[in-house]
Amino acid sequence: MTPDAADSFAKAAAAYVHIPFCSAVCPYCDFAVVAGQDDMAERYIKAVCAEIEMSEPWRPLEAVYFGGGTPSHIDALLLGRVLDVLASRHGIANDAEISLEANPEDFGSVQAGELRGLGFNRVSFGAQSFDRGVLLSLGRRHQAGQIEKAVRAARAAGFDNLSMDLIYGTPGETDESWAGTVAGAVDLEPDHISCYALTVEPGTTLGRAVKDGAAAPDPDVQADRYEAADKALSSAGFERYEVSNWSRPGYECRYNLTVWAQGAYEAYGNGAHGFRDDRRFHNIRRLEAYLDSVESGQLPRAGEDVVAGWDAEIDRLFVGLRRTVGVTDGPGVDALLGSSDGRRLLDAGLIAHPKGRLKVERPLLADEVHRSVLGLEPPEQWAEARMTNIVSGRADA
Amino acid sequence: MTDQTRIRNFSIIAHIDHGKSTLADRFMEKTHAVSEREMREQLLDSMELERERGITIKAQTVRLNYTAPDGEVYELNLIDTPGHVDFSYEVSRSLAACEGALLLVDGAQGVQAQTLANAYLAIDAGLEVIPAINKIDLPAADPDRSAEELVSFLGGSPDDVVRVSAKTGMGVDEMLETLVSEVPPPTGDPDGPLRALVFDSYFDAYRGVVCYIRVVDGRLGAGDSIRFMATGEVHDADEIGVLTPKAVPVGRLDSGEVGYLITGVKEIDRIKVGDTITAARDAATEPLPGYGEPKPMVFSGIFPTDGDDYEKLREALEKLRLNDASLSWEPETSKALGFGFRVGFLGLLHMDIVRERLEREYDLDLVATAPSVAYRVAMPDGSESQIRSPQELPDPADRDGVAEPYVKAMILTPAEYVGPIMDLATGRRAVVGDMNYLSPERVELDFEIPLAEIVFDFFDLLKSKTKGYASVDYEPIDYREADLVKVDILLNGQPVDAFSAIVHRDNAHEYGMKMTGRLRNLIPRQLFDVPIQAAIGGRIISRETVKARRKDVTAKCYGGDVSRKKKLLQRQKAGKKRMKMVGSVEVPQEAFVAALKVDDES
Repeated sequence: MTPDAADSFAKAAAAYVHIPFCSAVCPYCDFAVVAGQDDMAERYIKAVCAEIEMSEPWRPLEAVYFGGGTPSHIDALLLGRVLDVLASRHGIANDAEISLEANPEDFGSVQAGELRGLGFNRVSFGAQSFDRGVLLSLGRRHQAGQIEKAVRAARAAGFDNLSMDLIYGTPGETDESWAGTVAGAVDLEPDHISCYALTVEPGTTLGRAVKDGAAAPDPDVQADRYEAADKALSSAGFERYEVSNWSRPGYECRYNLTVWAQGAYEAYGNGAHGFRDDRRFHNIRRLEAYLDSVESGQLPRAGEDVVAGWDAEIDRLFVGLRRTVGVTDGPGVDALLGSSDGRRLLDAGLIAHPKGRLKVERPLLADEVHRSVLGLEPPEQWAEARMTNIVSGRADA
Repeated sequence: MTDQTRIRNFSIIAHIDHGKSTLADRFMEKTHAVSEREMREQLLDSMELERERGITIKAQTVRLNYTAPDGEVYELNLIDTPGHVDFSYEVSRSLAACEGALLLVDGAQGVQAQTLANAYLAIDAGLEVIPAINKIDLPAADPDRSAEELVSFLGGSPDDVVRVSAKTGMGVDEMLETLVSEVPPPTGDPDGPLRALVFDSYFDAYRGVVCYIRVVDGRLGAGDSIRFMATGEVHDADEIGVLTPKAVPVGRLDSGEVGYLITGVKEIDRIKVGDTITAARDAATEPLPGYGEPKPMVFSGIFPTDGDDYEKLREALEKLRLNDASLSWEPETSKALGFGFRVGFLGLLHMDIVRERLEREYDLDLVATAPSVAYRVAMPDGSESQIRSPQELPDPADRDGVAEPYVKAMILTPAEYVGPIMDLATGRRAVVGDMNYLSPERVELDFEIPLAEIVFDFFDLLKSKTKGYASVDYEPIDYREADLVKVDILLNGQPVDAFSAIVHRDNAHEYGMKMTGRLRNLIPRQLFDVPIQAAIGGRIISRETVKARRKDVTAKCYGGDVSRKKKLLQRQKAGKKRMKMVGSVEVPQEAFVAALKVDDES
């Protein structure tokens, strides 16, 4: 995708809707999720709709993303109600991308048809692996065969934009197993593939196990797997447009492009994060507390940061450098290139500065670049205007 | 004035924890030097650190008025001595003010090496040594065996050894009587020209330098004009007094007496401990025999973890020096550790104590380089230079030879550990000397060993090999030529001065392997491969590599992750600020501390 096309999402309006329900919590997951509380779904959707009604009316949304949790785990008609309220509150553009995350085991042809009929036009499948052993290690409840069935169901229902998430570097995974997973995904001809390094987060089942001595993912092995995936996907016609995301040309995820272009996005549901009117905000994470807040007529905010002046410039680089196209020149780029840290990164080949853009050349070491960006001091004329008001709302219970 | 025949000046020589301070407390109680209400446990040990470690660093003194059973009143001056080998020069100067020494041995533990060493110091100084066994109330005490050990080197009969329990007070009266009967009274000339020995000094924030003195000949009156014979300084005796243990001013101090002197001098350097005080007019012609100045034996580079604390460290050292004239230092610059000081210490315990006091009392965070000794380098032009840090060692081509200090080490041990100790010592280039049985179970072993071999971990190893039963003492003897080399540690081709060491050629490989191995685990992976090499001159003797970091990226950075990821990376960034740059390699401060830690795995 061209740099200009990627940057144009800076003006987009998007929305994220969080659906926390899952049939079980995966051992590596640290998102705001609940298992075994499906009976709360109806009440929850009602609250989400109420929260949408509380937000400032906006312009028509160009991308809507239902993430989770597992949006496909609850009744499709409930998701449809949310779309209706979004449409009446803000409007949804005719050509908007309306995306949801789905687990292969939830995704039958009936549900596929319902979702498509409600207006969804993109599905992102939590495939994770085509290796039975790896799927078991990850605590996933589907088998490789179900991924194929789900993809067929989606295609049959008319979805022409399908994505697949894969996880690499699970202890026990081999080079061959990972190659098989990538090939398995490519064979199903999705339009988009995300590959994530298995990450050990504290507080998760996996985190506790590793703390107690279980094998942790080996970063060198993960680097090998990443490089293998990039090679295989490129030769299959996919382009890497972000650190962990590959797509066929034109099938980049527009909701995520909005985030990385520092565009604005609303956020609804427990633990959801949004960025609108120069504010990064997030909602109460615990489901009950979120419901209590909305049901008593309160906006369910847990915190808010004003991102303006120099902070906004740093923020632009921070999100934008995740993209292969990088960011256009600006004061932040000048500051980085003028710093000793920046020269160190240039010398080591981590960044490049061709034709008015700063790009991360070695995505596997992107955090090194991001740390340097965060450490940049504002030039004098910015220092005074710097605003870092942190408005803390209720503590996240 | 007190008739000299009624004065007894004595020290107590005892190993750490053998009960010296408790016995001193009992003496003060018995002689009513302090009331019960004032009585606080172990009054003589006043510094916080001394209380914790149970050792006495600064000699102190107290006057006791003792009424003997026959009704005669005696003036007993108890002059405290430090218990550890590092402070043996302080012991000598305390002993120089005494006529007798009470050699106190824990009845359960028996004679220890340092006790023996200090007893020899006392005998050499011509003091009457009175052997005594303490802690006879303990069930584990074996006073008869300890008495046998004492007479095995002091001579005499086991029956003459005094037995006491400082804790219960049992035998304390008998001990005071023995002191009076056995310690000779002073024999100075009460009418001669004034000669008084300065045997210690300390700095008081309000009064300036306070000297502890022993009048040998003549008398010193308050207000007298006095001259310090070595320095030539002339001052007035603004205040003189005795310690009971509270400072009580007196009008004069007569020959044989012990007390303090305040002259108004504010700089401790201007008063030389060991100097002789005489009258400014009608002066003595000959000073009293002095004693050698303490020489630092062990050196270590001390650097503040935070470079901004350099001035604070300097001020702290200066403050410590007010009460510890043996402390010496010079500025040292390390490429790796920044600005600091090369500090000289009397020994390892002295080093530990100073470092601990700097960190604790002055709230400093420090990195210390591996302790080293002073080497003598023979230069091609025939001259000799002394070096105190590995950086100062000239290249082999620019030197004719290097000599290192040797010490005579005396180890007292239960007989069963002789074998393991021999193995340890010979592995450290020791020359084994005499072996004497104090009793069938206890052996004294003598070695001549390079000081450099014991400054690292010798004491810890000795302790573990003998389950803590062996004790050791050492004294410098001479310098000996040795095949010494400088091992440099290179990070990415750049030598890191803080890790250089002078070692015997035979140990060079082991040192190189140890340091490169440690550093490989301590240095975080960088953006490029970092070779870690140990080298002698240009020759690499061992090598490890920290492989380049390959993956350092957060898997997901979506709408919900931005704020959290920012905060996480900001924390990591703050962590990186504490790194030191060695060339282009980022080394965490902790790596220096951990790499320089004295062996713990051996």
